[in-house]
Amino acid sequence: MAMITADPKDVPQVASFSFTPEYMAKVEEQIAHYPPGRQASAVIAVLDLAQRQQGWLPRAAMNEVARILEMAPIRVYEIATFYTMFQLRPKGKYLLQVCTTTPCWLRGSEAVMKACQHAADGETFSVQEVECLGGCVNAPVVQINDDFYEDLDEASMNKVLDALRRGETPKPGPQVDRQTSAPEGGLTTLKGE
Amino acid sequence: MLGDKDRIFTNLYGVQDWGLAGARARGAWDNTKAILDKGVDWIIDEMKKSGLRGRGGAGFPTGMKWSFMPKEVKDRPHYLVVNADESEPGTCKDRDIMRHDPHLLIEGCLVAGFAMRAHAGYIYVRGEFYNEAQHLIAAIKEAYDAGLLGKNACGSGWDFDLYVHRGAGAYICGEESAMVESIEGKRGMPRLRPPFLAEVGLFGRPTLEHNMESVYWVRDLVEKGAQWFTSNGRHERKGLRSFSVSGRVKKPGVHLAPAGITMRELITEYCGDMLDGHEFYGYFPGGASGGILPASMGDIPLDFDTLNQYGCFIGSAAVVVFSQHDKARDLALNALKFFEDESCGQCTPCRAGTSKAVKLMENTQWDQPLLEELSSAMMDASICGLGQAAPNPIRSVIKYFPDELSGTTAK
Repeated sequence: MAMITADPKDVPQVASFSFTPEYMAKVEEQIAHYPPGRQASAVIAVLDLAQRQQGWLPRAAMNEVARILEMAPIRVYEIATFYTMFQLRPKGKYLLQVCTTTPCWLRGSEAVMKACQHAADGETFSVQEVECLGGCVNAPVVQINDDFYEDLDEASMNKVLDALRRGETPKPGPQVDRQTSAPEGGLTTLKGE
Repeated sequence: MLGDKDRIFTNLYGVQDWGLAGARARGAWDNTKAILDKGVDWIIDEMKKSGLRGRGGAGFPTGMKWSFMPKEVKDRPHYLVVNADESEPGTCKDRDIMRHDPHLLIEGCLVAGFAMRAHAGYIYVRGEFYNEAQHLIAAIKEAYDAGLLGKNACGSGWDFDLYVHRGAGAYICGEESAMVESIEGKRGMPRLRPPFLAEVGLFGRPTLEHNMESVYWVRDLVEKGAQWFTSNGRHERKGLRSFSVSGRVKKPGVHLAPAGITMRELITEYCGDMLDGHEFYGYFPGGASGGILPASMGDIPLDFDTLNQYGCFIGSAAVVVFSQHDKARDLALNALKFFEDESCGQCTPCRAGTSKAVKLMENTQWDQPLLEELSSAMMDASICGLGQAAPNPIRSVIKYFPDELSGTTAK
């Protein structure tokens, strides 16, 4: 359990936050998933939308989410500090989340981590060590914003990072010759119709 | 090797279309109404006969779970919650279900929801699976548009709504009561029970929670029949299991294999053997929490109940294989660091216990009596399975890898 504050002192202040009409429509769609009076259930989804709009989650956004969902602000801060995907400080354009849990570690996540740390400049790339990402049969895995890059080693990680630096979007998924989680080099089952 | 005809997961690798047309071609949504028309009792009976047990870890019989729900729905609506938090290190079967075959899952949700008299279900998907959740959301929309979900789903007369609820990064939300808390908009902290979720669950209503894979099996079990399922199996165990195999093997992947297969059989028949230059030294049979076994115990049938006597469990069948280049103690330490990070912090035995264990395990010489005492306290006093199972890797190393106890750690 990590100790996290909802209002780190060393981050830039954001005076106010409000959802754009496009995002507000998505907020309302999320609230509609729950029975009347249960709008607090949408808090994770709405905080996620705020983070997507702003790029990170400032206190002003949490307060706005509390207002919309009719929650006490402290209940929203609790959520924002409990769940690890909420970014409480600004981050680079690409957030590199490197999994170092057992299956990834066994397949060489340390070298992948080094490559990411070397690239991290706070502007283009930020790096975070994360716990199991759930892509263990494609270890090691790095999540870059919403996409998983899999079956990495130091060289292929650097290739991905170089492509991102050039403004390209390298193909997510396995970085070796592999169809998603199928065996490397070709299918051994399910080959027929 | 299992024949393709017995693989329900025919689009495991996403070669085919995951959308509605592709799913229909594979047999999903084929006359679902006829299944529902057979009635709640028939469906529950078929599930009971199949002996399907929950695929999340606890292994509770699915059919029996359904029969616990109140028979009459009065003013308290029932809810189905599907657990795809999939955070146990090594597990990645639900990910493939969501991204490659979401419709069979959705159909299973309808049948399960009908059998437990629920008109609404929530699928909880771990937040990191953003793209996977998008497939699921798109598939649910397709199902609504085709009249397969919503009012009078599949023309059955039963109304059923299904929603995706994304998490935001918390292993603990895979624990069923923590998940319910999370869906209610709170921190994912497990509840003390009783009351059980079947009485007081989501929004205080009767709720049943299932692992995603359990629900994914429903359609094929009620269609192909319990007999088909139980005709599979090895070493006197019955049924099929999806093993997520990771680590130092040539073909890591989600392997559907007979229940009761041994680790050695799984490595040679399904995983293309160990990586070159690596010899089989040990394995985690059930993720980070299921304990660690040495290669000399690689001939135990892998299934529910078969590992308990060794202080281990199969859990979600997340098998992590390691070799002579690894040390069990380093892997156990890595697992404990995971638990330390993921402890929700609610109860002291788990919050303080996991961090204390990490410190003790970082010592060159392990203080065995102290680690034993700490393990006992965590197992006895933690509120939920996280703290209760976290000491398993420690105890396994002490029991099965005694030679390593005075070595140095890599990390």
